Amino acid sequence: MIGGLFIYNHKGEVLISRVYRDDIGRNAVDAFRVNVIHARQQVRSPVTNIARTSFFHVKRSNIWLAAVTKQNVNAAMVFEFLYKMCDVMTAYFGKISEENIKNNFVLIYELLDEILDFGYPQNSETGALKTFITQTGIKSQSKEEQSQITSQVTGQIGWRREGIKYRRNELFLDVLESVNLLMSPQGQVLSAHVSGRVVMKSYLSGMPECKFGMNDKIVIDKQGKGGGATGQSIAIDDCTFHQCVRLSKFDAERSISFIPPDGECELMRYRTTKDIILPFRVIPLVREVGRTKLEVKVVIKSNFKPSLLAQKIEVRIPTPLNTSGVQVICMKGKAKYKASENAIVWKIKRMAGMKESQISAEIELLPTNDKKKWARPPISMNFEVPFAPSGLKVRYLKVFEPKLNYSDHDVIKWVRYIGRSGIYETRC
Amino acid sequence: MPAVSKGDGMRGLAVFISDIRNCKSKEAEIKRINKELANIRSKFKGDKALDGYSKKKYVCKLLFIFLLGHDIDFGHMEAVNLLSSNKYTEKQIGYLFISVLVNSNSELIRLINNAIKNDLSSRNPTFMCLALHCIANVGSREMAEAFAGEIPRILVAGDTMDSVKQSAALCLLRLYKASPDLVLMGEWTSRVVHLLNDQHMGVVTAAISLITCLSSKNPDEFKTCVSLAVSRLSRIVSSASTDLQDYTYYFVPAPWLSCKLLRLLQCYPPPEDGAVKGRLVECLETILNKAQEPPKSKKVQHSNAKNAILFEAISLIIHYDSEPNLLVRACNQLGQFLQHRETNLRYLALESMCTLASSEFSHEAVKTHIETVINALKTERDVSVRQRAADLLYAMCDRSNAKQIVAEMLSYLETADYSIREEMVLKVAILAEKYAVDYSWYVDTILNLIRIAGDYVSEEVWYRVIQIVINRDDVQGYAAKTVFEALQAPACHENMVKVGGYILGEFGNLIAGDPRSSPLVQFNLLHSKFHLCSVPTRALLLSAYIKFINLFPETKATIQEVLRSDSQIRNSDVELQQRAVEYLKLSSIASTDVLATVLEEMPPFPERESSILAKLKKKKGPGAVSVELEDGKERGDYNGSTPSPSADLLGLRSAAPVSGAAPSAGSLLVDVFSEAGPAAASAGVNDDGFLSSAPTSAASEDPAPPLPESDELLNKFVCKNNGVLFENQLLQIGIKSEYRQNLGRMYLFYGNKTSVQFVSFSTTVSCPGELQSHILQLEPLVEGGAQVQQVINIECLTDFVDAPLLNIKFRYGGALQNISLKLPVTINKFFQPTEMAAADFFQRWKQLSQPQQEAQKIFKASHGMDTEVLKAKLLGLGTALLENVDPNPENYVCAGVIQTKAQQVGCLLRLEPNAQAQMYRLTLRSSKDTVSQRVCDLLAEQF
Repeated sequence: MIGGLFIYNHKGEVLISRVYRDDIGRNAVDAFRVNVIHARQQVRSPVTNIARTSFFHVKRSNIWLAAVTKQNVNAAMVFEFLYKMCDVMTAYFGKISEENIKNNFVLIYELLDEILDFGYPQNSETGALKTFITQTGIKSQSKEEQSQITSQVTGQIGWRREGIKYRRNELFLDVLESVNLLMSPQGQVLSAHVSGRVVMKSYLSGMPECKFGMNDKIVIDKQGKGGGATGQSIAIDDCTFHQCVRLSKFDAERSISFIPPDGECELMRYRTTKDIILPFRVIPLVREVGRTKLEVKVVIKSNFKPSLLAQKIEVRIPTPLNTSGVQVICMKGKAKYKASENAIVWKIKRMAGMKESQISAEIELLPTNDKKKWARPPISMNFEVPFAPSGLKVRYLKVFEPKLNYSDHDVIKWVRYIGRSGIYETRC
Repeated sequence: MPAVSKGDGMRGLAVFISDIRNCKSKEAEIKRINKELANIRSKFKGDKALDGYSKKKYVCKLLFIFLLGHDIDFGHMEAVNLLSSNKYTEKQIGYLFISVLVNSNSELIRLINNAIKNDLSSRNPTFMCLALHCIANVGSREMAEAFAGEIPRILVAGDTMDSVKQSAALCLLRLYKASPDLVLMGEWTSRVVHLLNDQHMGVVTAAISLITCLSSKNPDEFKTCVSLAVSRLSRIVSSASTDLQDYTYYFVPAPWLSCKLLRLLQCYPPPEDGAVKGRLVECLETILNKAQEPPKSKKVQHSNAKNAILFEAISLIIHYDSEPNLLVRACNQLGQFLQHRETNLRYLALESMCTLASSEFSHEAVKTHIETVINALKTERDVSVRQRAADLLYAMCDRSNAKQIVAEMLSYLETADYSIREEMVLKVAILAEKYAVDYSWYVDTILNLIRIAGDYVSEEVWYRVIQIVINRDDVQGYAAKTVFEALQAPACHENMVKVGGYILGEFGNLIAGDPRSSPLVQFNLLHSKFHLCSVPTRALLLSAYIKFINLFPETKATIQEVLRSDSQIRNSDVELQQRAVEYLKLSSIASTDVLATVLEEMPPFPERESSILAKLKKKKGPGAVSVELEDGKERGDYNGSTPSPSADLLGLRSAAPVSGAAPSAGSLLVDVFSEAGPAAASAGVNDDGFLSSAPTSAASEDPAPPLPESDELLNKFVCKNNGVLFENQLLQIGIKSEYRQNLGRMYLFYGNKTSVQFVSFSTTVSCPGELQSHILQLEPLVEGGAQVQQVINIECLTDFVDAPLLNIKFRYGGALQNISLKLPVTINKFFQPTEMAAADFFQRWKQLSQPQQEAQKIFKASHGMDTEVLKAKLLGLGTALLENVDPNPENYVCAGVIQTKAQQVGCLLRLEPNAQAQMYRLTLRSSKDTVSQRVCDLLAEQF
């Protein structure tokens, strides 16, 4: 179990230190600073073991969050907790920055007391937490209210309180995906996967019972619609759900039913590896002309419906470490050599489907006495497309609220798909 | 040094550095650096020539980036270009970059060397200094190769500026330290010594560092420096504090130089020349006098400088160890420091006194400070000072004050720092044993020791008590009584239970008469502790019980009952169970006679060196061991008069009635302290394997000096190639060798004679220059009883005299063993036999008629003059034995060619035995005089 939790700023100064167990000594704080934050070589592993003590860290902008333990804990659990902790903090005071943490340190300690008990994670649902951990003083609550909070927090549906009322019942669904790719110079896919999440924002009255349906291959096959529909269904490799989803029902019937928390929540997370639509194809061509010159030509092709528009496209072409000058010509967008990042960055604002664009660059090199060959790091790409590269489609989301007088048809529903690039690289 | 003009401020660099310092995160810093690197790369592209200023600026930036920890793989060429600039600042930055960044295998090294050479030969002193500093900073082998010849010339040239001389001396020192083989002594050495007379104090200070280093390696070549150093020292010491101007530091004239001079003098024995010696003694007296004067300044720097000189002077006095007057004065001076406010001074005083205590002249003087030292031990705040105080008490202890010191140390032990407890315990144990006049005191002391600091009492200490009690029957009764009383304490340490169990088991009968300690009471007392002890102690107690059955038959029933109980006879520990079962059976089956025989009193232990002493030596660093050795050496001189530690052990032994006749004090001394001495060496091999390693080598990892008998060994192997090279109790080394032309291959077989494995086993061969060897390294572990084989390839380059040295190091049971042997490689091994007819032989014999080509020896036969044996030996030599050549059939004639890589040396031999006189005449002729001489020498030992 987690023995303690520390928050550092970028200099390694301790902002928050909360120790839950006696086996974590004072020196643990310094050990992490010395061995990770101030390490000579950048530490890449998120788990560091120093003197039989494990440090799990995540970094948010300039802030380090480190969970410490001497026991053999489930690392995934610890990271899940750290991410949740970040979410909770963001929900309370916005961006996680040194300034915000310093201003809200009392609140953070209060939160830490609530969501970790003797190192065991507790209820960390923001909505529920907000009912009893507030930034304003809790004004003399009546006995009833207090007992209500107790029963709600300890009850079956800890994430939603009763008696919520909205004039308009609205519901937003976002399917957010990030597509990861590693491609060989010849265009062979070496590895590709999509990790996605379904985020739901709900403003519904009462205790609504919801049911979510998508084009999951297993469900579609079971329903026996078969035939033409198979092209539309996708195979999900693995998925996790928000705690409100009834897992027993999912296991038995593979139907996703739940009572959603009020406001925003991440309904599910999933991963697919088959039949991924790759929105862009990068074709590199690198030619070394003598020892002091390099010619690079890169073509990108968009590979989706011409009616759709990709946005925020950025191609990053790494340059050798002994680059002394670069000339770039591109047909579309803007391209610039960024010395501070050792790369040529090519930016295109918008691009429709089934188009192609090209950049060519001449790189001059300084002869060095080092015999080391340039490692040729891959060309990477960033973009945003308005569809789900995994092929996921929301088929329905039904809402039932038997006690109140609104039906499924009265709820206004919105669905949006956004596909972003994760690590989208092509070797050159 | 030219002042930096305003235009050289390098604003770009300052901006860059402040940018980097303002970076919020590591990523931002890396980005800024990448940007800068790209900028510099584009500047260095070579399209347009850069002026010196910008070149300097960019090289500076690169250097800064490198020092931040980033790799730099360009810019070297620009830096080298800067070297040839005429501006000081540009040259300086160039050299700075080179000395930080250029690795030795870079291709640029030739260019750099060229630039350095130019600067060295320029007449500009600042440029010369820069070049010298660069050489010293890089200090690589290549640099040494290129400039080791040049620098001495600069150093001793008459027209060199003082500042350059200073740099040259320090540069040479650095090169000598890095690669001593490349800095060759030459005619400059004598002139370097004369730098001690230089007008410029800075030059003298720099030169003396060099001379100290050189003279510690070749003391003979620099002997003349002693008188020069003395006169210099006396000039400084006698000068008024204002005489030396710049070199006066807080009213102390040239303190660093004085310290260095004194340190140089410590490399040599006291000067033999009376006048020089007188002058030196005068100097030392002046220094001691000055220490008495009231300080000229209240500043701490003043007293630091003064004390530094004083302590160096005292070390010199201790080093000479010949002036009783000075030694006593030094001791008194240190005595004053013992109560000084400064912790460092107290520490140093105690440390120096430790060495003084071992000198015969000042031992008494040191003893007068005993109260102060004891006080320091009790009240000092700093643990390292307390440690020194304990060391000093140990060193100053002798028979007269042993009781007091041991009592003080014991009482201190109760509050002592944990880190020094174990050592303190050992020291108390040793002192108690060494100076025990009365063995009841000894037993009391050790039991007290166990009571106070039981956890730190190692096995050796209580083993030793038992050894002594068993060997001395007059203390046995007392010991039994004391342990009995000690065991009555409600809580006593396990070590106490061990001692108690053992002693009561052996000698419980001696106190059984007293009803308060009747057998049953004794047994119950012991058994009450039984359940609190660990398994080994329980096992020991079980043995004590069975001994009780023998001593007191009336306890038999009770003890059998105990042994029979399930907790013994069914104990989960195999050892305990076995003992319980066996003892039970033994007590019930065997008759009293058998019991009495089996369980007889322990026979006295054979005397050997106190195991505790060995442990202390192992534990302590080199310093303490040297004290130990000093101690032994000094006492060795005295032998009879002062009781020495080992003599005391001896007293113990001779008093024990059972042990054999006491050997003379001398031989025992040798046994314990194998300090050089011819007799020690023989003990080294045949005794217990301890001596060849312990006192000399336990402290250092340097190869031990070769065993003296290895010369004999060498002779043994002149005429044969196989056999046992070395053997002691631990290790046997066999050898098998074969030679072909100028090449040889040697198989060494290392046999571990013990059952314990040797760890970190390593061997090295050091060859004279004329031979080349290649050794295949072994695994560092040699299992008990195992044998490992090692191959050594040898190539003979030219003729040689000295045999290669084989050094073997390994750890046996924690102790480092260090053995050096001469490998039996002699010049005759490379003989190729040559057959020739009589006419040929005599013709060649006549050709080699010059006097230096012949070597002749007439010597007495040390073995029988058996013909066959002689023939075998001559054949074993490697030459061809030529029959029917010499007209006299009694004589032997041989011929052969010695193959070396450089040349082939033909060699003819004639041996004329004279049976009546039991004499031989051996004549050798060869084309090389050294070869004739060497072979003749080798062969003369064989017959």
